[in-house]
Amino acid sequence: MTQVVEEAPAVAPRRSRLTGGRALSIYSWLIIAWLMLPVLIMILFGFNDTPGRYNQTWEGFTLKWYGRVFALDELTKALVISLVVAVLTAVFAGALGTGIGYALGRYRFRGSGTVNLIMFATMSSPELVMGASLLTLFVSLGVGLGATTITIAHIMFSISFVAVVVRARVLTLDRSVEEAAADLGANPWTTFWRITFPIIMPAVMSGMLLAFALSIDDFVVSNFTAGTTTTFPLWIWGATRVGLPPQVNVMGTLIFVGGVLIAVVSSVRSRPRKNS
Amino acid sequence: MTTAVDEDPGRPAIELAGVHKDYLSHGETVQAVRRLDLSIAQGEFFSLLGPSGCGKTTTMRMIAGFEEPTGGTVFLDGRDVTRVSPNKRDVNMVFQSYALFPHLNAYQNVAFGLERRKVDKAEIRRRCGEIMEIVSLTGMEKRAPREMSGGQQQRVALARALVNRPRALLLDEPLGALDLKLRQQMQVELKRIQREVGITFVYVTHDQGEALTMSDRIAVMDAGRIDQLGSPREIYERPATRFVAGFIGTSNLLDGTVESITGDVARLSYGEGERVLVPVSGTMKTGDDLEVSVRPEKIDLSQQPPDGDGTSVLTGVVTEVVYHGTSTNYTVKTSAGPDLVVFDQNAFSAEDLAGPGDRVYLSWSPQHSYPIGV
Repeated sequence: MTQVVEEAPAVAPRRSRLTGGRALSIYSWLIIAWLMLPVLIMILFGFNDTPGRYNQTWEGFTLKWYGRVFALDELTKALVISLVVAVLTAVFAGALGTGIGYALGRYRFRGSGTVNLIMFATMSSPELVMGASLLTLFVSLGVGLGATTITIAHIMFSISFVAVVVRARVLTLDRSVEEAAADLGANPWTTFWRITFPIIMPAVMSGMLLAFALSIDDFVVSNFTAGTTTTFPLWIWGATRVGLPPQVNVMGTLIFVGGVLIAVVSSVRSRPRKNS
Repeated sequence: MTTAVDEDPGRPAIELAGVHKDYLSHGETVQAVRRLDLSIAQGEFFSLLGPSGCGKTTTMRMIAGFEEPTGGTVFLDGRDVTRVSPNKRDVNMVFQSYALFPHLNAYQNVAFGLERRKVDKAEIRRRCGEIMEIVSLTGMEKRAPREMSGGQQQRVALARALVNRPRALLLDEPLGALDLKLRQQMQVELKRIQREVGITFVYVTHDQGEALTMSDRIAVMDAGRIDQLGSPREIYERPATRFVAGFIGTSNLLDGTVESITGDVARLSYGEGERVLVPVSGTMKTGDDLEVSVRPEKIDLSQQPPDGDGTSVLTGVVTEVVYHGTSTNYTVKTSAGPDLVVFDQNAFSAEDLAGPGDRVYLSWSPQHSYPIGV
C-alpha cells in the first residue's frame, strides 16, 4: 500500500517529461523543416529534367544541368564578378573591421563611443537608404559605376559586421595574456601578431565569412552601385521575368554546399581536443 | 645557477623612492599607493602582504612597468626604469590567472621570452629543458595549457618567467586559484625553486600564512602605505600597528595605563588581583596609555590562580569553547576590555580546561605582552 503511494508521484513526472521531450523534438524538426524547405526545393529543381526555361513543375530526374552549369556565358560572368567582389570584400572588410573591432574592444579613447554607435547605425540602416546615398556620392564624385564601386560599397557595409564580431571576442580576451607577452620582451607589434591575432583568429574568420556571405547575395546596394555590371543576384533578378534556368539552382546548390562545408570544417577544428 | 656576473651584491635588486600612484575614479582622486620607499635585496624572498585594495598589486605592477607612477622613482639594479616600458625591463611576472598563451604548447610558452631576445636555438632548447626539469614539467612539453591541471599551468607560468633569468621575479597571488593541499605543496616548491635559482622573488599575497611561511621579509600594506616591514617573526611577534596585529593571525588587544615601573617591567592594573606586565621599551613612563597585543597561544588558561606575581593575570568567564583538532579555542569575557581568545594545544590536555560559564584565570609571561607603536 505504501509502495503504491510512493510510486504514484514518481511516475507522473516521468511521463510528462517524456511527452515534453517528444513535443520539443517535434517542434525542433518543424523549425528545421521551415528553415530548410526552400533550400531543399532549390536543390531538388536543380535535378529537374525540364525542357525549356520554365523550371516550376517537376518533369523527372536528371544530372544534365550539372554538366551544363557554365553553359550560359552571361550567368557565368555574373557569378565570377560576384565571387571576386565577395572575396575582395571579405579580405578588406576583414582587415579594416579587425582593426576597428580590436580598438573598440581593447581601448577607451576619445570618440570610441561614437565609433561604436556608427557601427550599429550602419548595420541597422535600411539598405535602400545606403544604396541611394552611395549612388548619389559616386555620381557627384564622378566615379564610373562598375565592379569597383560595388566592391567599395560592399566593404563599407561589411566592416561593421566584422568589427562587431571581433570586438566581442576581444572583450572576453584576458588582458594579462598580452601583458605577459610584453613582460617577456615582446614589443606591441610582436605581441599583436604572435599572441593576440592567433587567439582572435576564429572571430576574424567568422567576420570575414559573414562579409563574404553578405556580399555574394547582396541585391539592393549592388543594384544602385552596379551601373551596367551584372552580379549573380542582379542577373537572377533580371532573368525571373523570362523564367529561371536550372543552372541558377545548380549554382545556388554549389554555393550552399560550399558554405555548409566551411561551417562543418570550422566547427570540427574548433572542437577542443580531448587528449594529445 | 647564478644570474649574472656583474652584480654588486650590496646594491638592492629593486628600489622604490617616494613612489606614489593616484587613480581618477568617478571624478575623485584615489591614492592607491602613497609615497612608498622600499628596498629589496638581491636574492631575497620579499612579500607584499595586505587586504585587497591595499595597493600591493599596484606596487608590483609599477615594478613590472604596467603602471606608471604618478610620482617617485623605480630603480632596478640601480638603474632608473620609471619610464621604461615592460618589454624592456629585466623583471618577469607570474600572473594570478597564469596568462598562458592558449594557442602555444607548454614548451612554446616557456621559450617565448628567449625567442624575443634572439637567443640561439640550441641554447633555448637547453635552458627550457633545464627549467622545465626544475619545475617538474619534463615530458609535458607538447601539452596545450587547456590540457593541463591548475598546478601544471602554474608551473608553466613559473618556468616561462624564470627561464629568462630575470633580475627579479614578480608573483601576483600565484597560488590563489589552487586548492588548499596543492597550495601548501606549491609553497614549499616555490621556496625550493627560489633557493635553487637564486633570483629575487617579490610575492604579492593577501594570505598571511603564505607570506609567513615563505618570506625572508614581509611588508604589510594598508591603504597604500607600508604599516610594517620586517621578518615574519618580527611581524608576528611584534606587530607595529593595530592593523598589523589584527591582520596577521589572531591577536588580543588590551588598553591600559601604566601604573608603575619596576626594573624593566611596566605594570598595568585592572580589577582586584588583575595585572598586565609589559616589557619597558622606548620612552615608556608611568601614566602612559598603552595598547598591548597578546597572541592567543601564549596565554595559559586555568581554573586555579597562577603562582607568584611574575606573570600577567586576568580573570574572566568562558563564553565559548571550540574544538579544532590540534587545539581548543576558548573565548573569555574579561573586565579588561574586549573578549580574549585563548588557544590551548591539545598535546597535553585530554579534556577541556573549562566549560562555558566557568570562572577562569588567564596568565602569560611579560615578554609575550607586546606594546603596539612604542
